[in-house]
Amino acid sequence: MGKKVAKEVSIAIADAVKLARAEVIAAYPITPQTHIVEHLSELVANGELDAEYITVESEHSAISASLGAVATGARTFTSTSSQGLALMHEILFIAPALRLPVVMVVANRALSAPISIWNDHSDIMAQRDIGWIQLWAENGQEAVDLVIQAFRIAEDRNVMFPTIVNIDGFTLSHVIEPVILPEQEEVDAFLPPFRPKYKLDPRKPLTMGPVGVPEIYFEAKKAQDEAFKNSRKVILRVWKDWANRFGREYHPVETYRLEDAEIALLINGSLAETAMTAVDKMREQGKKVGLIRFRLWRPFPIQEFRKAVAGLKVLGVIDRALTPGGVGGPLGTEVRAALYNAARRPRVVNFIAGLGGRDITVEDFEEMADRAAFYMKKRPKEAYETIGVRES
Amino acid sequence: MIEIRLHGRGGQGAVTSAELIAISAINQDKYAQAFPSFGPERRGAPVMAFVRLSDERIRLREKVYHPDIVVVLDPSLPTIVKVTDGLKEDGWVILNSHKDEKTLREMLGGYQGKMAVVDATKIALEVLGLPITNTTMLGAFLKATGLVDRKYLEEALEHRFGRLAEKNKAAMARALEETKLYT
Repeated sequence: MGKKVAKEVSIAIADAVKLARAEVIAAYPITPQTHIVEHLSELVANGELDAEYITVESEHSAISASLGAVATGARTFTSTSSQGLALMHEILFIAPALRLPVVMVVANRALSAPISIWNDHSDIMAQRDIGWIQLWAENGQEAVDLVIQAFRIAEDRNVMFPTIVNIDGFTLSHVIEPVILPEQEEVDAFLPPFRPKYKLDPRKPLTMGPVGVPEIYFEAKKAQDEAFKNSRKVILRVWKDWANRFGREYHPVETYRLEDAEIALLINGSLAETAMTAVDKMREQGKKVGLIRFRLWRPFPIQEFRKAVAGLKVLGVIDRALTPGGVGGPLGTEVRAALYNAARRPRVVNFIAGLGGRDITVEDFEEMADRAAFYMKKRPKEAYETIGVRES
Repeated sequence: MIEIRLHGRGGQGAVTSAELIAISAINQDKYAQAFPSFGPERRGAPVMAFVRLSDERIRLREKVYHPDIVVVLDPSLPTIVKVTDGLKEDGWVILNSHKDEKTLREMLGGYQGKMAVVDATKIALEVLGLPITNTTMLGAFLKATGLVDRKYLEEALEHRFGRLAEKNKAAMARALEETKLYT
């Protein structure tokens, strides 16, 4: 078993990529992802990680090079944030359609303008439909675990989908905290080498990414969607195996003090930990409040989610992204859609909070839970409410 | 849980101080967290860093608003930043200054609480040859609070500074001797 060490989470992530024996890394530095790829380039330059580190001129190239690498059968990692992820956008759709299982860490950051290097979820929420498996980490340990798991999930022959691990920029990426890095032998036993059934090889030519004429495009997309939904079986199996080996459990929908709760807050990412402290405080005051997070955001774990919220009266969904002119934040909109035809469902109130690095404090979470409780008796009039914004 | 806020100027190593405290605590099997106030890092501009220390797992990612301890690396900062902002009543202010107690209390707006003072700039100049006070101020932090073991701080310094560790350890040791406590 690995020893507990003090590490900046970005450095721990790079170490996890090393433990996973990544063979190609193609990345372009951008705040707040920078420390991850800096440390990886050091590990490669020092000979500690036997990988090809491709320095590229943009994120568009970083993801393009990553897809090329993984297509040849090399275990491939990349990482980005914000504008960098946005610049990757057109290529991101191609990876799952060609079943190219690259693993990417996104250090979540606001999108411009105004220019902001700080944390929110606008970058990743604009990429919901790219067809990648998407996971969320809340602390350094989860970031390490999920990165290693991501390779095994993505590269499984019954999956073969690219996978994103989301970590909050700065509020997680730049924090020093205790992390257990598994031993190399433990990771080797958990994560077999990448052996794709089909790969680009001049000795055995094949075509990847041909035109999909109208007679085949739709079938190809339907097949992709079916395979994508089926990846959940492997994800669950991998998490079970991880729990057996390392004692740390992962579930598609994570819950905290949800038994007998009437109200629950839902937030993804590292601020869920602050929310836990708020929940503890409210529980001490006798308030029946719990917390829900999506660990697995794509494919959307609809059954687990409906089950988790079935007994609630009100669910307060906290979005860290804005959908201008929409019917709620991206998370709120999806959650409402997921529950619309459910037999039992709570009332949903949607909060937008913590944009562009605005702190969400314990008090803010308490306020949101209280607002949610208020809506036990009354339907919310607005599609969403903003929290922590100065009005004057 | 103990919460610490460090004030410095960009380039003085406030973030490093925060990291070294957290690393030392984690290495002695406590829970800890260190993080910078994520601003545009400019040399000379006021910066902050935060530490949390606890015997239990820390589930909190907001900034530190009500510190138990405030460490100020730069003597001129208290005149432009309200360093005692949100400080708990029985908290510590740990200052780098050559000024006397009365002057400092006035400078802090009539602050009546606990104070630890050391002329860290002088020590750093003499021992390190640079006015970088982050490791020197660790000595003052140690003397005032005793929150981490000296041994672990020294180990953390060795790990971080390599061949420069001895000088930094010496600066810390001198601050440990010279820090005055006003309680």
